[in-house]
Amino acid sequence: MQLINSSKNGKPVGRALAAATCALLGVQATDSLAKGQPGEWDVETALLVYSETDDRVQAAEPVISATRNFDGERKLNLKLVADTLTGASPSGATPSALPQTYTSPSGNGSYEVAPGEAPLDDTFKDTRVAVSANWEAPINRDYAYSVGAYGSREYDYISTAVNGTLSRYLNNKNTTLTGGLSLGVDLVDPVGGAPVGLSRMPINSNKSQADFDQEFAATRESDDTKTVVDALFGVTQVINRQTLMQFTYGVSYSSGYLTDPYKILSVIDDAGGANYGGNLVGSDGNSVYLYEQRPDTRLKHSLYWQTKYMLGNGDIMDGSYRFMIDDWGITSHTLDLKYRWQMAKSYLEPHFRYYLQSEADFYKRYITASEYNAGAPTLTEASADYRLGEMTGLTFGAKWGYRFNDDRELAIRAEYLIQTNDGDQGFGSLASQDLYPDTNAMWLQLSYSF
Amino acid sequence: MPDSRLFHRPLKQTRRALTLIAFFAAISVTAGCSNLGVKPWERGLLADPDMQLTVSGVDAGLDDHIYFSKEASSGGRGFGGGGCGCN
Repeated sequence: MQLINSSKNGKPVGRALAAATCALLGVQATDSLAKGQPGEWDVETALLVYSETDDRVQAAEPVISATRNFDGERKLNLKLVADTLTGASPSGATPSALPQTYTSPSGNGSYEVAPGEAPLDDTFKDTRVAVSANWEAPINRDYAYSVGAYGSREYDYISTAVNGTLSRYLNNKNTTLTGGLSLGVDLVDPVGGAPVGLSRMPINSNKSQADFDQEFAATRESDDTKTVVDALFGVTQVINRQTLMQFTYGVSYSSGYLTDPYKILSVIDDAGGANYGGNLVGSDGNSVYLYEQRPDTRLKHSLYWQTKYMLGNGDIMDGSYRFMIDDWGITSHTLDLKYRWQMAKSYLEPHFRYYLQSEADFYKRYITASEYNAGAPTLTEASADYRLGEMTGLTFGAKWGYRFNDDRELAIRAEYLIQTNDGDQGFGSLASQDLYPDTNAMWLQLSYSF
Repeated sequence: MPDSRLFHRPLKQTRRALTLIAFFAAISVTAGCSNLGVKPWERGLLADPDMQLTVSGVDAGLDDHIYFSKEASSGGRGFGGGGCGCN
């Protein structure tokens, strides 16, 4: 075996070995090309533009990630991400044969939705800035560790987290066992204050401003917190000269405010008569909508398997599968496949992802008037957030990259996501409405690393 | 939706099949683990930066953020995180 220039790209074996070691170190590598020249910064920059159809969310997200290599194995990664979001997001309410009026989250205004249209909250706008730092280093020839910190801030949300991993090499470094722990504390400070779960959305029609203000204040709570503890245990195994495999088991426990403060549910009249299947109308002459309420804890388990295989011609297959189950009653399957065609100085990588999710126990597309029970709901939790419903997602994408040399790469990536939901089809006049519109999104990313 | 029917009809069967595939893959791999591996001088191909489990941390981070805000699942490859008020 040659000890110099034996790797495909003509890189020295020592450096390439260092790259492989780094790959085996952590379950979540943060570097880009593992160029790994001691004393140098490797920088990866990217701009992502994200767009959903039907005037929904639009986002632009610049990223800069810099990795300082102190020697082959000790590394510091710093990352800065910003994103700006605008557009409309589904509120959770059902479409109706009549025009609908909703109060905006701040309570300072309202928005109308035309008959038959999907109720979207178009006040959705946010800017987020996130920074993270990660340090990884060997302890001795059998152990390595990493520590990291994360912080992000947006208008109504602050998130902080710290994490650490410990890895043990076995079997001539063919097997790596990794254990990790992450602790996150988030502060939720929704626009207009967090609404009381399952309370009625006040609507400023047929009443005085003072009455509305009083009603609005009565539905509000102060800001709240959320803590997330994650633990991981992973095994990375070299199978043969061309194949690398990883298994990871993860458990995640969240507690605190897990509700989406901006999501609501429609209350549908099930009493029969002319309004059967229409919005329930309250004593103030306005339709009845309730703020959603989720449980205040969530325990998730995930199993992740990934395999990378290099073919004889240098092309690389990358396949992964994730199974997730939680105590909200959601199970999900995620299959992800990539194939990298290596060409002289460039590569083309088609990508396919399949996602299948079952609905949460408390997911309800709407609440009936009987369940609403004239303001004393028979339910303790309910959400119409489509992200907690039965869902299938298909993503098709491709990435093309050009390498000027070992250090500099330009890449462009495009992905297209089609999400379809399904579930309870409603009754009466509601049954003729489209309760589960598809969500289509595409994103385009331009990256340059040097 | 007509097209959602297309994806949803085999939901239970697909879920069961995926679970079985994952189970047998896990069994077959863990059973043979002790005989696996390469000698240090046989790592040429594995050392290729493109053979890292996560080739681009930036791509993975951006996608994780998008899927976190669009689905009920997160994590798996690494910490489930969150770090935004988007879900």
